[in-house]
Amino acid sequence: MKASRVSGKSTAFLRRYWHVVLYPLGFIPAAWLVWQGQSGELGADPVNVFERSLGLWAFRFLLICLALAPMQKIIGINLLRFRRLTGLLAFFYAVMHLASYLALDLQFDISIFWRDVTRRPFIILGMVALVLLFPLAVTSNRISMRGLKRNWKRLHRLVYVAAVLAGIHFFLSFKTLNSTTAFYLTVMGLVLLTRVPALVSAGRRVFTHLGARRS
Amino acid sequence: MAIFRYPCPAPSEITPKEVYLSRRGMLGGSAISLMAALAGTAEADALKAHPGPYSGGLTPTPEEFVTGYNNFYEFGMEKDDPVSHAGDFHPLPWTLEISGMVKKPQHIDVGALLKSSDIEERIYRMRCVEAWSMVIPWDGIPLAKLLALAEPDSNARYVAFESVVRPSEMPGQSSAFSGISWPYVEGLRLDEAMNPLTLLAVGIYGESLPNQNGAPIRLVVPWKYGFKGIKSIQRIRLLDRQPPTTWNRLAPDEYGFYANVNPQVDHPRWSQASERVIGSKTLFGTKRQPTLMFNGYAEQVASLYKGMNLHESF
Repeated sequence: MKASRVSGKSTAFLRRYWHVVLYPLGFIPAAWLVWQGQSGELGADPVNVFERSLGLWAFRFLLICLALAPMQKIIGINLLRFRRLTGLLAFFYAVMHLASYLALDLQFDISIFWRDVTRRPFIILGMVALVLLFPLAVTSNRISMRGLKRNWKRLHRLVYVAAVLAGIHFFLSFKTLNSTTAFYLTVMGLVLLTRVPALVSAGRRVFTHLGARRS
Repeated sequence: MAIFRYPCPAPSEITPKEVYLSRRGMLGGSAISLMAALAGTAEADALKAHPGPYSGGLTPTPEEFVTGYNNFYEFGMEKDDPVSHAGDFHPLPWTLEISGMVKKPQHIDVGALLKSSDIEERIYRMRCVEAWSMVIPWDGIPLAKLLALAEPDSNARYVAFESVVRPSEMPGQSSAFSGISWPYVEGLRLDEAMNPLTLLAVGIYGESLPNQNGAPIRLVVPWKYGFKGIKSIQRIRLLDRQPPTTWNRLAPDEYGFYANVNPQVDHPRWSQASERVIGSKTLFGTKRQPTLMFNGYAEQVASLYKGMNLHESF
């Protein structure tokens, strides 16, 4: 973050208060979808388009969030400060995705919901991904970072598990393979590939740590 | 697969019968329909349909949804792909072949069939396997009538349907994705095919089928999920064994040969107990309603499946 090249008074202001601008920006897709939905622009089956679009936006923000670290390493553009923003947006969109499925699609038919979350791998994967994002969202503040110390980083590696589960959930939401899923899963694959060395060395550290404790 | 189900549109949103009847009368005698007929294009031609049985009681879904929201993977995988990409398809002239285990193989001129006064209107519920539904006013002829012309052999047990392969007119057929091998194929047991509800549709809303709805002739089996309703049919064959069907080949655990609408047998990825009703114009106004056994046609078809385990033969 020190490497930031922006300077000057106005940019200093933006640098300090960027989140005030960017958080509302992040909710524009959701607001736009609601507006389209109410004015008949989402077509014959607006609920289906709405709930799928929210899910896709959650996955997009999650992919952007995960891409920021490799972007800094490989291309040298440092946008790491936006990881919290994009991660939280991914979580909020995932919550809205679940809410639209429960309220607008199932219209609070709890018996169907219960069967879905207990028996259908497609739904279970999505739910687990969302549940995994929850502690990450809750601990996404500086106080938690300080409190959890090294464990904060360990905890937040769960985001990779959530991303893979969400990716499978996304793939399963289509009846056949198609260009949309192929595109997003390729992006996910590339992002995860760049993280393999980091994850391997992290895994090795954990392993030696455990080994050291055992001896 | 396409289209479906219950009242829910505001009455003001439905094309009133007088309006489309007058449109029918207007087109009927006009030079427009003559020109369209000469050019063999898909310009909607008025049909001489008369109300058949099963026409009452249901309120059709607004026409714009029935013709704008389709599953027809030959034209692409999104619901609006068929309406946007079916413009180059030429449904006429068209010959429908009925062959296989029959005494009198038929080659039916569908262009002539469109002018037939045998065409009936049937207003049916349509339930998509994707858990949404519409109500569609079809115009067509019972499949049993055409099969009777061919005189099936006594050992024929199944009916196989085959759609058309025209990658130059159907962009979805040259897509590398879907994984579907063309032509789209479907099948019925002979007794299902002979049931009076089973219709070969050549029109909707009193006019010839738009390309995206399966022009010029398609199957409608209202108690089964929409994907059984194979579109743009070229060939019908009578067989003594069960034919392969497209979605069953693709995902046998998700789509069975029978594909009867059944609220008790869930799709592995979602419940079939209820369905979204297509036809509301707003996001928060969308309705969901319980799915009926055999899509509400149990009285007419339940006897076909007596003694069968519908959880296994789904």
